Amino acid sequence: MGINLIDALFVFMLAAFIGFEVIRHVSPLLHTPLMSLTNALDAIAVVGAIVLVGEKKSTFATVLGVIAIIAATSNIVGGFLITDRMLRMFKTSRPAKPQATKP
Amino acid sequence: MPTEFAGSQYVIEVIYLVASALFILSLKWMSSPATARHGILAGEVGMVLAIGGTLLRHGIIDWTWIVIALVIGSGIGIPLGMVQMTAVPQRTALSHAFGALCVTLVGTAEFYLGTQNASKLGLSVLSLEVILGGLTFTGSLMAAGKLQEVLPQRPITYKGQNLVNFLLFAVAVVSAVYLVLHPEARQLFPVVVGVSLIIGVLLVIPIGGADMPTVISLLNSYAGLSAAAMGFVLNSKLLIIAGALDGSSGLILSVIMSKAMNRSFTNVLFGAFGQVQASAAAGEEAKPVRSATPEEAAAILAAANKVVIVPGYGMAVAQAQHKVRELYDLLTKKGVDVRFAIHPVAGRMPGHMNVLLAEADIPYDRLIEMEEINGDFPQTDVALIIGANDVTNPAARTDQSSPIFGMPILDVDKAHTVMVIKRGMSPGFAGIDNPLYYLDRTLMLFGDAKQFVGGIVRELGGGH
Repeated sequence: MGINLIDALFVFMLAAFIGFEVIRHVSPLLHTPLMSLTNALDAIAVVGAIVLVGEKKSTFATVLGVIAIIAATSNIVGGFLITDRMLRMFKTSRPAKPQATKP
Repeated sequence: MPTEFAGSQYVIEVIYLVASALFILSLKWMSSPATARHGILAGEVGMVLAIGGTLLRHGIIDWTWIVIALVIGSGIGIPLGMVQMTAVPQRTALSHAFGALCVTLVGTAEFYLGTQNASKLGLSVLSLEVILGGLTFTGSLMAAGKLQEVLPQRPITYKGQNLVNFLLFAVAVVSAVYLVLHPEARQLFPVVVGVSLIIGVLLVIPIGGADMPTVISLLNSYAGLSAAAMGFVLNSKLLIIAGALDGSSGLILSVIMSKAMNRSFTNVLFGAFGQVQASAAAGEEAKPVRSATPEEAAAILAAANKVVIVPGYGMAVAQAQHKVRELYDLLTKKGVDVRFAIHPVAGRMPGHMNVLLAEADIPYDRLIEMEEINGDFPQTDVALIIGANDVTNPAARTDQSSPIFGMPILDVDKAHTVMVIKRGMSPGFAGIDNPLYYLDRTLMLFGDAKQFVGGIVRELGGGH
């Protein structure tokens, strides 16, 4: 299976432009959750590791693949989890804010 | 390409196509806090589809180890997703390291399986993948160590540092090129990987805390690009797209961060960041400053109409954000207009201050960016600076000899009264004296940020 470099480069170029355009519009407010989200999405590299482990071509490849899956999965789970936690904290100022817990 | 499973192969490719679209939507929805949580859902669905689709591939003969690894990875991921908000910068650096580790390991395995070794192109991209992955892995680990303070935060520099880094980089590239031209020289592959790992360490040790926002963004970009390179090697458009999105996201953030520090982007790219600014040893004479107690500070704040709070890394270190929220609540109840001025590089990663203040329940429409709020300082009664230093230094506007000259700053010195909560008179991270502290309108509030704000809060609460 060779590389179809030109096709791949087209895909890369288009995705990079979409990335630039989409991310330029992300408010600086959300730059930290943006980074944790892209981190989780980037862990899609796990599919490469899954194929490596599933095909069982050599013990060496399987061992490396297992570690790679663990690393990527922890990014997926941790990345989505923390992004969600952060976003839940962003609230706008409500007119009637319940002033509860005060020592 | 096998043809017998062409049908299911098509299904899998369509699943990948949907996942790619969901990833793009996910990022698009991140542009506003109102839609951002849809973005997470889109990303999660895309991820599950992609993993599910991959498991259906005909080449996969055994799921046992895949499932075990997925379970262990989730087990590690959950605590990493539950860390405190103050620990988010080091968590982010660590996840860049994990992402790069995955890419490097897969690249290494692919090399020894020999799937790409016949083609020069495949081997070139594979080399690029492991070089980027390797240096991102160790570089991110170093960054995480510095942020977690298990490694010294101060920049570690030595003579000829750039030359050493350049030579090592040359060794990695030359070995990779030789390997591509002579694939039988397999013993060179560990050299390429090993040297890349060393480069990662050396690139990050000279970097100090204040440069971390740029460095984390840059490592984010490298992690994305290495994943895209992996996509080229594995001929996976999904991976290329995800990697390109991550790479461009990191690149945009690096550019924003480097602009906010008045560094040229090439300066940042080639690792000249964190250069020691040794010039600041001059002003030894003790200039007089005015200081104030929490009681006095509380009285001034209570009398103000417009207050702008400028948070910095010091607030994060002192964990003062919840006390700051109490202060915000009390002042708001008294009818004072309180807003927060956020410098792009305040803290240790892009958006760091926003997350901390949001965690403390401060509404995000009170968090104002630098360009937007700078015009309002002349009409501001009190600018209260909590643990920020260089981003408020007026020398950046006026003093050509200052190492930070030209860096965009928050114009706090234009406010009627400036109050600075600070532990002592020691200069900021960059070792630069801040003339703001010697202005007539400036009051220094010496003490720990959390305790001092707590003191002001007690005073304000007691009076009411």
